[in-house]
Amino acid sequence: MIEARHLTKTFKDKKRGVIYAVNDISFTCAPGRIYGLLGANGAGKTTTLRLLATLLQPTSGTATLAGYDVVKDPQQVRANVGFLAASTALYGRLTAREMIRYFGELNGLSPVLIRERTKQLADQLDMHEFLDRRCDKFSTGMKQKTSIARTLIHDPAVMIFDEPTLGLDVMAARAIVRFVRECRDRGKTVIYSTHVMSEVEKLCDQVGVIHDGRLLAEGTLEEFRTRYAERDMEEIFVKIVGGETK
Amino acid sequence: MINLKNILTVYLKELKDSLRDRRAIFSIVVVPTLLMPALMFGVGKIAAGIFSKARQETPTVMIIGGDDSPDIVAKLKQSEKMRIVESVADWKQRISDKKIRAAVQIPPGFEPKLKAGDAGPILIYNYGGELKSGFAAEVLEKFFRDLREKTVTDRLAARSLPPGLITPFEVKRENVAPPEKVGGNLLGGVVPYIVILLCFTGAMYPAMDLTAGEKERGTMETLLCSPVSRTNLVLGKFLVVLTGSLSAMVLSLASMGISATAAGLFFLNGHGGAGKLAAAHANAAASAMPTIDPLGLFGVIAMIFPVAILFSAVLFTISLFAKSYKEAQSYTAPMIFFVLMPAMVGMLPGVELNAGLALVPILNLSLVCKEMLSGIWHWNYIGLIFGSSCFYAAVALAFAVRMFNREDVIFRS
Repeated sequence: MIEARHLTKTFKDKKRGVIYAVNDISFTCAPGRIYGLLGANGAGKTTTLRLLATLLQPTSGTATLAGYDVVKDPQQVRANVGFLAASTALYGRLTAREMIRYFGELNGLSPVLIRERTKQLADQLDMHEFLDRRCDKFSTGMKQKTSIARTLIHDPAVMIFDEPTLGLDVMAARAIVRFVRECRDRGKTVIYSTHVMSEVEKLCDQVGVIHDGRLLAEGTLEEFRTRYAERDMEEIFVKIVGGETK
Repeated sequence: MINLKNILTVYLKELKDSLRDRRAIFSIVVVPTLLMPALMFGVGKIAAGIFSKARQETPTVMIIGGDDSPDIVAKLKQSEKMRIVESVADWKQRISDKKIRAAVQIPPGFEPKLKAGDAGPILIYNYGGELKSGFAAEVLEKFFRDLREKTVTDRLAARSLPPGLITPFEVKRENVAPPEKVGGNLLGGVVPYIVILLCFTGAMYPAMDLTAGEKERGTMETLLCSPVSRTNLVLGKFLVVLTGSLSAMVLSLASMGISATAAGLFFLNGHGGAGKLAAAHANAAASAMPTIDPLGLFGVIAMIFPVAILFSAVLFTISLFAKSYKEAQSYTAPMIFFVLMPAMVGMLPGVELNAGLALVPILNLSLVCKEMLSGIWHWNYIGLIFGSSCFYAAVALAFAVRMFNREDVIFRS
């Protein structure tokens, strides 16, 4: 379960003064559901997800993930969250197995459990062929699988995806989309940020449109289509954020 | 807050990662290990070769004047220690152009006036700071000193007076300092200087790689997603930087010890480029070889330890601010000057340890190491320096931990 309550994050800028990267955002996502955070670049998606993953601290407001408060109990939040982003890379000089083991150890898992989970994940993701090779020699697909395994080693209840398909080719992006669905099917709470409308249409049970740090609209795809009398998600998005960018 | 298991996990991973990085191995292992042999055998041999060659060369010398001093000119021309060339008007330019090494000006009527006991001064011209020109001037000086002594001896003999009349007693100087004190003074300035420098450069690469390098590669965000607290993450990483610094120090000192022993044997056996000269003076050289107090070396290691922590923490913090490895390099490279300046001041003769200087970081280390390698143990200063270094190190480390906990530093864009 994810519950964000009036999440706000401001940054100070010498020229522009106080900037509201995230401004009073509240939403809820239940287990077994995918919440899509849809917004243009710079809308505040990454900051919102970093707040949820406790990489950043909110200026005001809070959120609970798997029952833990991001302000009061950030370590417990991280222990129950899997965070996968285009910006979360792998250690190139470690092998895939070492990478997975390292994150297992950081999550406090026993060596026996790490071995079991690694085998299980390697079976599921078909990683055995490259499990003992260094990550810097990997193809995009291999890197992606290793990142997924790293995210899942501690079997988190909440999964946070921040534009995970950014820069990936069609096949790699499809694999990610399939993996996100599997997470939902296994009962995990999933939040997924993107600016790709087709991904929202394919994946999300609930969508929040974020613009200039504010959550402008929220609902299911069908609710949006009814409310804005449009079938195309892109047209709906443009209507919500207030027209074409000039 | 502090979880040793987590710190160890981060440390072991970062250490493994660094040991697989050729650039880290180069700066932590290869450079400190090879620098000393390269300096002692490479530079030492080249310097000895140049010196020996310059000594063996017969200097070209010009006589200015001396037309009315034929005997002296004839003796100068007969000397095998110099080669006299024809006098020309632009002799000063020729010294500058290194076509001749020195010139001697014999004043008018020197020989007759010498006999009359009223000779003017002999002037020797050379190019200051130029090795071969200096040797040429030395040869000329010795020639005229011998001439002066012979003149005095002849005059005393003519008057049936003993030679001891003008030298009623000899003045001799003898060294009472044990070899390690002499060595400490000779090497004491250089050893800490090199060790401090290597200690700093040993920490430099891992500090940049573990902070700015991670940010650039995108692994910092991955790591921060783990439930380990940032304080434990920073301590694990910091210990790897410290390991790099201390490894560079220990390897450089070990390499220095082995190289010094090997270089001593090498040069004493006459292979050092000095050839016959070295072989002929082997015994004298053996007694003159600077040795250092072995206990002093342990003292150096102990005193450098908190400074290594200081270097590691400062480099770590500075690199943490950078967004990329290149940016970190541009911040940390100028830091070398701040390290070298006090270390160089410590090498200057006459700069002595006092209570004020004992509080100046790096300079205090340089000075106390010089003393310890000479076998001098001023425990009050040693305590003050160790204490102040530990204090600076603790402040720097606390600052590094604080910076790592600041999101505007970690996610600086």
